[in-house]
Amino acid sequence: MRTTIRGTRHRAVALLAAAVLGAGLLGGCAEDSDRPGAAGSPGADAGKTTLTVGVFGVFGYKQAGLYDAYMKLHPNIRIKETSIERNENYYPQLLTHLSTGSGLADIQAVEVNNIAEVTATQAGKLVDLSKAPGVRKADFIPWKWAQATDKSGKTVGLGTDIGPMAVCYRKDLFAKAGLPTDRNAVAALWAGDWGKYLDVGERYKAKAPAGTAFVDSASGVYNAVISSSAERYYDRDGKLVYKDSPSVRQAWDAAMRAATGKLTARLQQFQKSWDQAYANGRFATVSCPPWMLGYIKEKSGDQGRDVWDVAAAPKPGNWGGSFLAVPEAGRHKSEAVKLAAWLTAPEQQAKLFTKQASFPSARAAYGLPAVAGAKHPYFGDAPIGKIFAAAAEGIPNQVLGPKDLTVNQNITDVGVLQVDQQGKTPEQGWRAAVESIDNALDQ
Amino acid sequence: MAGRTPRPASSAAAPAPDPAANGSPGRTGAASGLGRTGGTDSLAADRARARRSRRYRRDLRWSPYAFIAPFFLFFAAFGLFPLLYTGWAALHRVELTAPTDMEWAGLRNFTRLLGDDFFWNALGNTFVIGVISTVPQLLMALGMAHLLNYRLRGSTFFRVALLTPYATSVAAATLVFVLIFGRDYGLVNWLLSTIGVDGVDWENGSWSAKLAVSTIVIWRWTGYNALIYLAAMQAIPHDLYESAALDGASRWQQFRYVTVPSLRPTILFTCVVSTIGAMQLFGEPLLFSGSAGATGGADHQYQTLGLYLYEQGWVNLHLGRASAIAWTMFLILLVVAAVNALIARRLRRGD
Repeated sequence: MRTTIRGTRHRAVALLAAAVLGAGLLGGCAEDSDRPGAAGSPGADAGKTTLTVGVFGVFGYKQAGLYDAYMKLHPNIRIKETSIERNENYYPQLLTHLSTGSGLADIQAVEVNNIAEVTATQAGKLVDLSKAPGVRKADFIPWKWAQATDKSGKTVGLGTDIGPMAVCYRKDLFAKAGLPTDRNAVAALWAGDWGKYLDVGERYKAKAPAGTAFVDSASGVYNAVISSSAERYYDRDGKLVYKDSPSVRQAWDAAMRAATGKLTARLQQFQKSWDQAYANGRFATVSCPPWMLGYIKEKSGDQGRDVWDVAAAPKPGNWGGSFLAVPEAGRHKSEAVKLAAWLTAPEQQAKLFTKQASFPSARAAYGLPAVAGAKHPYFGDAPIGKIFAAAAEGIPNQVLGPKDLTVNQNITDVGVLQVDQQGKTPEQGWRAAVESIDNALDQ
Repeated sequence: MAGRTPRPASSAAAPAPDPAANGSPGRTGAASGLGRTGGTDSLAADRARARRSRRYRRDLRWSPYAFIAPFFLFFAAFGLFPLLYTGWAALHRVELTAPTDMEWAGLRNFTRLLGDDFFWNALGNTFVIGVISTVPQLLMALGMAHLLNYRLRGSTFFRVALLTPYATSVAAATLVFVLIFGRDYGLVNWLLSTIGVDGVDWENGSWSAKLAVSTIVIWRWTGYNALIYLAAMQAIPHDLYESAALDGASRWQQFRYVTVPSLRPTILFTCVVSTIGAMQLFGEPLLFSGSAGATGGADHQYQTLGLYLYEQGWVNLHLGRASAIAWTMFLILLVVAAVNALIARRLRRGD
């Protein structure tokens, strides 16, 4: 009798364990199910054309109701979006799909960090969108258009959003440190020169509230400075020149000044500790493109309301933004081209800005009231439409190269980080970054 | 003689020597009955019986292969082919931007690893993290299994509880550990501060980062190994303990002289499995760096071979180099397996 009870109990436990493990397995499968190939079964309802859109993260087309609007305008079209959360996972998959010509969505998004490589190596597999119906080159910010256009004049991607940068700062911390808090006065403190920004940092540090730093991270400073220069890692002939590039040197020196001068909170962006520092008000400034405003709002929470404000950056730079490309191997190329053109048209970009804070790359949108009159209530009603539009116009026409991302990542995540967080000397950090880049670029 | 031997030999190879009688007695009985009444039909019946038994023998011999065929088909498609393709790619200069453009490079991808500081660093990290996670993990598992082997209330609860870390996804577990080992607001540093020790910057120290990563591994796998040990312990005959107890052996002595020697093959098995797991360590260090990717810390201080392989292949897009690292890892594992086999043979001879 005892043994049977024990037996059934064991069986129950075994079943429970199996159920838990099985659930884990199923969970594992569920995570993978949102890949581009999995969805978008054609012919789900007869007579309709199903267009698939492959993106990474949240592009906001669905949330802003753009797909629904398009499907209403074109009753024979159905749109399905598949999203992979992170571009690091999305991009290698896009490359393999392009090389095999299968598993592709009708429209594929490309991140700005990858656009030079895609334009250089994949142009033959993508449709030229420069002469697509409804696309007007004049609508777009010139440098955005140029980034996706190869030497022969073929434009492989239409610009979606861009990331013109401003500086977000905390009024409360600035006031405690004896600095002005009005956004125009703050912008005037450092106008035109990143060196002045660091001077303000030193003034801040002299009277800083306990436990706070001027800026979140040295990598953030590096990114902001490098993003505001025209030539970075490649020269205009496409040669890799980062070791001798004056703008890299300038950005590096600024980051080093911030790190060794103890102006940073020694954080790494988009890590948990960075989020926690937002919640705890540990740093006073951060370089912020429009898409980061939502992030700051989410992480700082209610006690950050009317505490954060937005001021123009010393020099405008660009951080982020994407393109929509149409693969040649797509099933419904002409329909996809039309959709891509529609999604990136100024009116739609303006709508997306209102709903998702993705700043338009279509210059024609800046005059629309949705952009020109935009204010952000969380940031003290800052006129973000005006601030970011002015920044966007001031961004230089950047020379991009195929391995920008690799070079940039190794400089910030190895070089700058070693100095900022591990206390190594700038020389050690630079040597480590160069060594990493050489290893990464050498085939 | 020589010509006749193969036939009986092949029939003897079949596991059941007399399949007709053994397999379906009802049918053969009916057939022989028919033969007796029919008389002239007996030859045809015999032939039919022979055919049936031939078919049966064939069935007996080949069906098992058919049953396991799906595994081998899947293995060929998802195990063998990638292995061979990776080997082929390792001998070429090939980029993920154009995976079909292969340029023959011979052993270049392998030889360059010899002079690659990052590779040696990753190998060293893998070894160190492997040792400082596997050794304590197996020792703790052994101890836990021993405790669970006693009669105790709610033992099934504890057994399931042991397995829950293993059932947790690496991602979820690692994210929690990242918070626990945080520099500014981490639980560990808070505990240290309560006893007056300054906070440790876990991620940025060379040893502290490895310790933190191995903690995640230990947490996840100890229970799993403990359950394997427990299963093996329950197979040890109880008489051994009784006679040991009669001889006056204490609990500890029973553990040392009865349990551990009986578990030797199991311990060896868990060692092999854990070594393979340590070699392939990937998810924990990848997620430990948050969003920073595959560098494994600013100084690559916890970049394992798995991470380095990923960085080369999927971040830097060098498919050929990544393949060479994959094959090197595979070869290292073969060496480890060989060493284990040697030790196992030694142990068996020792018995």
